[in-house]
Amino acid sequence: MYIAVISGKGGTGKTTVAVNLAYVASQHEPVYLVDLDAEEPNGHLFFRDRIEWQGEDVVYKKLPRIDMDICTRCGKCQEACQKGAIVVGKRTVMVFDNLCHGCMLCAYVCPEKGAIYEEKKPIGYVRWGKVSDTLDYYMGLMEIGELSATPVVREAKHKVPGDRLIIADGAPGASCPVVEAIDGADYVILVTEPTPFGLHDLQVAYEIVSHLGLSAGVIINRYEENSPYEPLEEFLQKENLPVLARIPFRREIAEVYSRGDILSEHLPEIKEIFEGVYQKVVKRP
Amino acid sequence: MIQVAVISGKGGTGKTTLTGSLAHYFQGKIAVDGDVDASNLYMLFSPEVEEKHDYVASKKAVINPEGCIKCGICKDVCIFDAVKVDSDGNYTINPFACEGCAYCYYACPTKTIDMYDEKSGEYYWGTSYRGNVAFAKLFPGEETSGGLVAEVRRVALQKSLENPEKPSIIIDGAPGVACPATSSITGTNYVIVVTEPTVSGLHDLERAAQMIEHFGIPYGVVVNKWDLAPEKTEEIRKWCSSRGVDFLGVIPFDSKVVEATRMAQPIIKAFPDSPAAKAIMDIIAHLEEKLTF
Repeated sequence: MYIAVISGKGGTGKTTVAVNLAYVASQHEPVYLVDLDAEEPNGHLFFRDRIEWQGEDVVYKKLPRIDMDICTRCGKCQEACQKGAIVVGKRTVMVFDNLCHGCMLCAYVCPEKGAIYEEKKPIGYVRWGKVSDTLDYYMGLMEIGELSATPVVREAKHKVPGDRLIIADGAPGASCPVVEAIDGADYVILVTEPTPFGLHDLQVAYEIVSHLGLSAGVIINRYEENSPYEPLEEFLQKENLPVLARIPFRREIAEVYSRGDILSEHLPEIKEIFEGVYQKVVKRP
Repeated sequence: MIQVAVISGKGGTGKTTLTGSLAHYFQGKIAVDGDVDASNLYMLFSPEVEEKHDYVASKKAVINPEGCIKCGICKDVCIFDAVKVDSDGNYTINPFACEGCAYCYYACPTKTIDMYDEKSGEYYWGTSYRGNVAFAKLFPGEETSGGLVAEVRRVALQKSLENPEKPSIIIDGAPGVACPATSSITGTNYVIVVTEPTVSGLHDLERAAQMIEHFGIPYGVVVNKWDLAPEKTEEIRKWCSSRGVDFLGVIPFDSKVVEATRMAQPIIKAFPDSPAAKAIMDIIAHLEEKLTF
């Protein structure tokens, strides 16, 4: 079973939910926690010295390189490239690595055999390790300044074996890396906060989830019992989105999080909340 | 005229809370909502749209089922996993995954793949009580878009240059360290990084710092919710001084911030006497010493 946790808005508690759900679930069954927030993977920070790192794979992007002795400057590569990443001049050919998506169409259309060849550039890595007998952690980490985290997310997902419950911490926002993270998920948990910002970004993220036809539920973080945010409640009702949990807004919770501690390990009532989420999502009929 | 970007490695650290207050204080300057994936800044000002532009990031491929001989070459050449085949052997392209490279279009032996322009977002030039706001919306599921960030910034810059007063530009940047984040800061004169005193905040600050230093832009750090972990705040202060980075100030954990966000108002407007608003005013004073807006 593959469960993806996303949020639309950053900082709503996506990683908190993924880490705590994985922690609680691992007391019932073996779990892989997969950090697909490859621009800023933070899940491992909450396990710190408990992780025994076991391996690492480098993720590469293909880039075209030109053999100027063979190239005839015919310009077919420039004509074919949709990204404007290759420019053919009279004497030289320039490749703009930051615009290149690595499709290698240029090499395919090149009439001179060997004039365009591939070079691999590392754009990140996938690293994995053991937290406990029932909890393994996988993480994708993108090199700073790359075009997009999507290829790293894709590699990290491919790397995870399919023999356990998988809980994935997705990327914030609602663009391509998020689609990659939730693609094929059995269930998507959307984490939000009861503010106009949280609601706005939840709606955008939910648009992708419903377009892909995935089952989903919502966790409201920083919930204030005596002042619920009505527009959020109305949206959830209208879309028939189940509320899996409401995590209260309390300074104590923020403090435990600040220290990098796992909430469910220190606050029994939070553990209970995630037990409930586990039962609702993983054990649902 | 200067351009200042506010970013945060990690999302949700209070980037838009600070930018909203800066935009409220520096009325008449141009505010840019560059967090196009999850645009929130503009919501604080409900700008009236004066200009609307389409954003076409790339083309997308589509298979015409009529001529398809189900050879599967398109699937073999696609490095983005965008070509799907169903149980009947019919090939389709998932527009969310397609990055528009056109390899399949070139490789298809029966020429039954077309490339079409796909609008992947919109950007706007608007006006509000505080002055002009440029903002954008990336359609859900589109390719990560530094390009749209660049477009919305271009509009703001063009408008500033057309204006005899050449107003400065304040940008709410994209989080993270990929192309949208680099597009948010490139060419700016100063970057403000908002972080929080948490293990994640520190980790992401370090990555954001590497990105900014790559561009050689001067920058300063603001710690939001500093009092949740004073010892970590101190750690960040020391990190700044050892790295030669400006420490611009701290904002306390304050429930009024949430309340102001609920009201969709900048905190210094909604609750000017709150501890967080006062702290932000101190940060603004500090900024005004440093920069000429």
